[in-house]
Amino acid sequence: MIAVFMETRDGKIKKSSLEALSEANRRSADIGCEAVAVLAGPEPEEAAGPAFSAGAARVHVLVSPALADYSAQGYAMALADWAREARPAALLFAATAMGRDLAPRAAARLGVGLVSDCVKIGVRDGRLEFTRPIYAGKAVLSCRLRSSPQMATLRPNVFPLEGAAGGTGEIVRTDVVIPDGAVKGRVVEVLKEQGGEIDVTEAEVVVTGGRGLKGPENFALLRELAAVFPKAAVGASRSAVDSGWIGHQHQVGQTGKTVSPNLYFAIGVSGAIQHLAGMSSSKVIVAVNKDPEAPIFKIADYGIVGDLFQVVPALTGEIKKALAE
Amino acid sequence: MNILVFVKRVPDTESRIRIRHETHSVIEDGLNFVISPYDEYAVEEALRIREARGGVVRVVSVGRDESLTVLRKALAMGADEALLVKDDAPETYDGLRTARAVARAVEARFPGTDLLLFGKQSVGADNSQVPAMTAELLGLPQATVVTKIELGEGTLTAVREIEGGAEKMTLALPAVVSAQKGLNEPRYETLKGIMAAKKKDIPVVTLEALGLTAEDLAPQVEITGLDVPAARAAGRVLQGEPGETARELVALLRGEAKVI
Repeated sequence: MIAVFMETRDGKIKKSSLEALSEANRRSADIGCEAVAVLAGPEPEEAAGPAFSAGAARVHVLVSPALADYSAQGYAMALADWAREARPAALLFAATAMGRDLAPRAAARLGVGLVSDCVKIGVRDGRLEFTRPIYAGKAVLSCRLRSSPQMATLRPNVFPLEGAAGGTGEIVRTDVVIPDGAVKGRVVEVLKEQGGEIDVTEAEVVVTGGRGLKGPENFALLRELAAVFPKAAVGASRSAVDSGWIGHQHQVGQTGKTVSPNLYFAIGVSGAIQHLAGMSSSKVIVAVNKDPEAPIFKIADYGIVGDLFQVVPALTGEIKKALAE
Repeated sequence: MNILVFVKRVPDTESRIRIRHETHSVIEDGLNFVISPYDEYAVEEALRIREARGGVVRVVSVGRDESLTVLRKALAMGADEALLVKDDAPETYDGLRTARAVARAVEARFPGTDLLLFGKQSVGADNSQVPAMTAELLGLPQATVVTKIELGEGTLTAVREIEGGAEKMTLALPAVVSAQKGLNEPRYETLKGIMAAKKKDIPVVTLEALGLTAEDLAPQVEITGLDVPAARAAGRVLQGEPGETARELVALLRGEAKVI
């Protein structure tokens, strides 16, 4: 079986976990096994519904009051103990902040290799073959794992999601024992960014600004454009971040985040190689720049040569109109 | 405070990556190698903690002799000592293998360490695996992708970045922390620092001398292909009156690209 860890925030399974489960379900059909979901917490079964509609043959729930708050140590113990018993052929995670924190810890506990941030999974000779960008997308690595379970994290927004409504099915419960004092680090507070902005890695539309914005106040133009879409986030180039115009969590590129949204707007971004590395896997790229020679136009699907201070408000208006129709 | 910082030598972020297909490897000729940018934040944080609290900052790298240059850079920034764990293997993209070398080096050479600092990922392999794996192998708590550290008595508070926000964590020391951009602004080396770093002797230890076996070091990752991504073709560029081009673009995004 292929098992997928289900990350929950505020009691709900995250979409990126369901994407990973959908992919596990497709690949399990190739191998001739089943896909299962793994949930952990004090009462994790309450969140199980969407896992069934995303293709889980069963949902395994790992139960302990010590799993109420996420900790890499506690969750890695629970998952590794479960995997030693259940012996899945593969154990997958979404490549989120939690998945990237937890998967390596669980892999080390199991003494197995891990492939980070996969964008494609195939099957060769009964084993999974993972494809992942390295050098922030300047190169692409394909690999298999010699150890078992085959462990990997899957990049959000890349693998198609199948059905995410409720569902029912078999729930298998395992009571987990986390010894007192075994967890030496824990989350004491979750600080949400003001305005509940979604992260650039999870957004379906990313509106990124660069030096061409001329100052921090002009990110307002991009926020207005982003606000037109239901799931959009504002990104920034390294030079905009290094100028102090916006927080580094917005940075897209090799020392920032790598994103693959459906639609990427590069506004006043010249297109330095380290920026292109982080966004070239976007499905559709739109560039707005006053310099027709800007490198960004070489990779953009659509470009507008013009003054962003005139073009962006016009675009915002036109898209609003189009979406209202 | 005894602080260990782990650093890696990587191609700088301006590099254009070319591939030697026969060996599934990156062509190194013509690349400019630097200390991995996130590791610089880790070194800087260690120096600031030492300045505030006293203690020793040691830097360690796992790699070929060329990695001595990034250790010298960290010494020039102000680190006290350095150690090279010599590993002549080409890039394996296997975090567990590196984490085993790092964990053994800590146990064998630096048993009294209070804080282990890493960059959140190396620029290149982009794995984000070694810090958390090392923490597990040593039985220590971890905070990864950290933008703020405050030390208490025998504890550490860290703010780590998550989607759309942050988590505040408390860890008992000793602990593992991986650094994200925003943690601090790394200092430049001074001429005095560079001169002092040149004079320092950097000991070299082999993986075997640390007690690592062939089994520990066998890569679990089997590389089946390495390539550059298919180039994106340049698309359509619109010029003209802003309102007009905006209307035209939206029509294309809707009718042709079907993303609106």
